[in-house]
Amino acid sequence: MTNAGTLNITTPTDREIAFTRVFDAPRELVFDAFTKPELLKRWMFGPDGWSLAVCEVDWQVGGKLRYVWRRDSNGTEMGMGGVVLEIVPPERLVATEKFDESWYPGEAVSTIVLVEDGGKTTLTQTIRYESREARDAVLRSPMEEGVAAGYDRLEKLLASWA
Amino acid sequence: MQPSGYDPNSPGHLDATFAALADPTRRAILARLASGEASVLELAEPFAISQPAISKHLKVLERAGLISRGRDAQRRPCRLEARPLAEANEWLEGYRQFWEASFQRLDALLEEMKSQKKPQRTKRGDRR
Repeated sequence: MTNAGTLNITTPTDREIAFTRVFDAPRELVFDAFTKPELLKRWMFGPDGWSLAVCEVDWQVGGKLRYVWRRDSNGTEMGMGGVVLEIVPPERLVATEKFDESWYPGEAVSTIVLVEDGGKTTLTQTIRYESREARDAVLRSPMEEGVAAGYDRLEKLLASWA
Repeated sequence: MQPSGYDPNSPGHLDATFAALADPTRRAILARLASGEASVLELAEPFAISQPAISKHLKVLERAGLISRGRDAQRRPCRLEARPLAEANEWLEGYRQFWEASFQRLDALLEEMKSQKKPQRTKRGDRR
């Protein structure tokens, strides 16, 4: 894709992961894509070979969120639940999140902010964990897809710092 | 040879890696070492800071197992130790892969939504 934005991932504090990404669309559309289950199911499932099998979302304050990802080849599932804390269409979504088989302590709070400028939308998502240990455990989550150390990637990373 | 202070089985070692990487000067030092080993003097050159300050950064990097120092008493050249760095990167990389793959699909979906949006404008406040 020619206009594919760059995903920037940072760890702004020792309890947080944040990322920003620009989308070539007005924020109403991005907001819809993040909140409507029929749209979420079409994109939010990571690498090919996975799907978002269950997506039940009640986007009102106190409403419940439920996502289950499934690996199509062997049926492996990964579920996540949460509760909506704040919703301001089309600019702000705050919710708790917790994986079912949680391998990290406590619950996380995800804050999504959408800012539109000239028809493009910048998404910033910040996820705050209860502790640094929890955050670090998420970074080595099972989302990983057969990751081999990859010195070429390392090189790219170093080049991006230079 | 195992760089001193680096124990891959210790749960704390990634903390040390991330802490060492949190500083821009240290990241610049690592980027420089990616193209080959260098002495403290050579490393200090591009930075507007003193040699003792560079030495301090090198100690942090060495403790985190990110670099090792040669035995040559005069130069003690610094060398990049790729393993802990690759490991730290791997974690972030798994996370990145998930979202990059997802967002690329979202790009395509948004294009589709944009073209559909023109004839029939969606009503405001009609959201789930």
